[in-house]
Amino acid sequence: MSRRNLYGLMAEFDSPEEVLEAATRTREAGYRRVDAFTPIPVEGLADAIGFHWTALPVITFIGGFLGGCLGFFMCWYANVISFPLDIGGKPLNSWPAWIPITFELTILGGAIATVVGMLALNGLPNPYHPVFNVDRFELSTTDKFFLCIKSRDKNFDLGRTKTFLEELKPHGVFEVED
Amino acid sequence: MTPIETSRTFNRVRNQGYLWGLIGGALFVIFGVLGGARSGFAGWQALFHSYLFAYLYWFCIPSGCLAVLMLHHLTGGRWGYPLRRILEAGSRSLWLMAILFIPVLIGMRDIFAWARPAAVAADPILQQKQWWLNSPGFIARAVIYFIALLLLVAFLNKWSRAQDDSGDLKYKGKMTALSAPGVILWAFIVTSASVDWVMSLEPHWFSTIYGMLWIVIEVLAGMSFAVFVLRMLSEREPIKDAVDPLRFNDLGNLMLTFLMLWAYLSFDQLLIVWAGNLKDEIPWYSQRAFGSWTPVAVILVILHFFVPFFLLLQRNIKRRPRRLSAVALLLVVLTLVDVYWIVVPAWERTVPQVHWLDLFALVGIGGLWLGTFMGQLKKLPLLPLHDPRFEGVLEPEHGD
Repeated sequence: MSRRNLYGLMAEFDSPEEVLEAATRTREAGYRRVDAFTPIPVEGLADAIGFHWTALPVITFIGGFLGGCLGFFMCWYANVISFPLDIGGKPLNSWPAWIPITFELTILGGAIATVVGMLALNGLPNPYHPVFNVDRFELSTTDKFFLCIKSRDKNFDLGRTKTFLEELKPHGVFEVED
Repeated sequence: MTPIETSRTFNRVRNQGYLWGLIGGALFVIFGVLGGARSGFAGWQALFHSYLFAYLYWFCIPSGCLAVLMLHHLTGGRWGYPLRRILEAGSRSLWLMAILFIPVLIGMRDIFAWARPAAVAADPILQQKQWWLNSPGFIARAVIYFIALLLLVAFLNKWSRAQDDSGDLKYKGKMTALSAPGVILWAFIVTSASVDWVMSLEPHWFSTIYGMLWIVIEVLAGMSFAVFVLRMLSEREPIKDAVDPLRFNDLGNLMLTFLMLWAYLSFDQLLIVWAGNLKDEIPWYSQRAFGSWTPVAVILVILHFFVPFFLLLQRNIKRRPRRLSAVALLLVVLTLVDVYWIVVPAWERTVPQVHWLDLFALVGIGGLWLGTFMGQLKKLPLLPLHDPRFEGVLEPEHGD
């Protein structure tokens, strides 16, 4: 197997504590392209692999903001430009009445942006992923905990990374084919 | 910080509170009475108006503390554990507010048009409303409100202390059982009191959402105040071990909820009045929102809603106690502006002004109240003991 089509190296652990410890040490060793796979949520693991921040809140905010602008504009355009109508002597731009629509479209815009942004960021739906080339990876849905260092990492070196992972005392270390 | 240093700090804040309370109160009485002696009715009116405004603001915090306390007894949750003794101390300071209500009763005729027989005789609408808006009824209702509130406070605090002493589980059940009817009773009291004490300042005007609005103003003020105090204590024993960024995140989320409810109710009232466009209802807003008071309304929309709203959306604000407590302080201060905007236009018809007497009354009542609050806070350990809901709170947690 040539280095070019290696996705990364994967280590298997027996408990959440072990994988958390291993993830922390991996990050301390300078690896950044790291992913972890566990059957249950492990508190602190996301931080340990350096998953601090996503762009999703920003995307949601932009979606909500645009939705709100659209809502207000729609009401304003319909009532002031397209079909001006004097209702009870109120001004044509009767803005308090536009707020519910503005609010609703803010929520709608935010929700759509969140779903689409989430799918765009996490790459779902994804019919093929290299980690499934490891036979034992199926156990990540039952009782085993996996940590994967990707070959894209600038510190990745097949020999040295493998030695490093073995020092973490895993259940086993596997090469993941791309 | 050791407990002894903490206790000294409490004593210092309490004494300073009382000192400022006495200074503010003395200035208020001296200048108020001089004004009354010099300009007669108008002077007395100014005195009692300022007093009512300051009283209503400071009433919000202890009353809100009681509501949040009962809410926590009903819902449980780890967020209430470090907060509970602060809320209880806040609720116990209501006895002071009961005493401080007496001047409002004394000045009733100066404050409320419906309490002046001459004004009622000249106004058919006031005559129609006499069955509710009359002096004996007003006094009787105020007595009932405070008896009911103080009974709730007394039982909740007695059982909480008994639980500390005995560790008996039955007290937790009792507090929960009382809080269910208690929170409903509290909502009725605040609704009715807001009609009596504030809405009737403009007796021709009415709004059915008004009580809800005061409920959420008080809850938001009580919650924000408690969070602010909690942050001050969070570096001291024993609170230090009971709070972590996730607890502050929970508290920030609750503040965000109450803040959005405040915005929703405040705007709803405007929307309904705007849509209805009836001449009985619009004067309230034509003065406050579309007249000389517009700048205050704009300040409220920006600083009481948009700024704290966007700050409280962010985890890196909610999870850092200092930042969260800055937002809490902002909300406590802006509640004053909100109360000012709701109450004072009832008599300050032209432009927004702050009278000297307003400041004296705010400092006077505020100082007395803060002193009382600190005195109550130091009476009991800062963390409740033996509550089954809080077993294990001091352990590191997993899974959330």
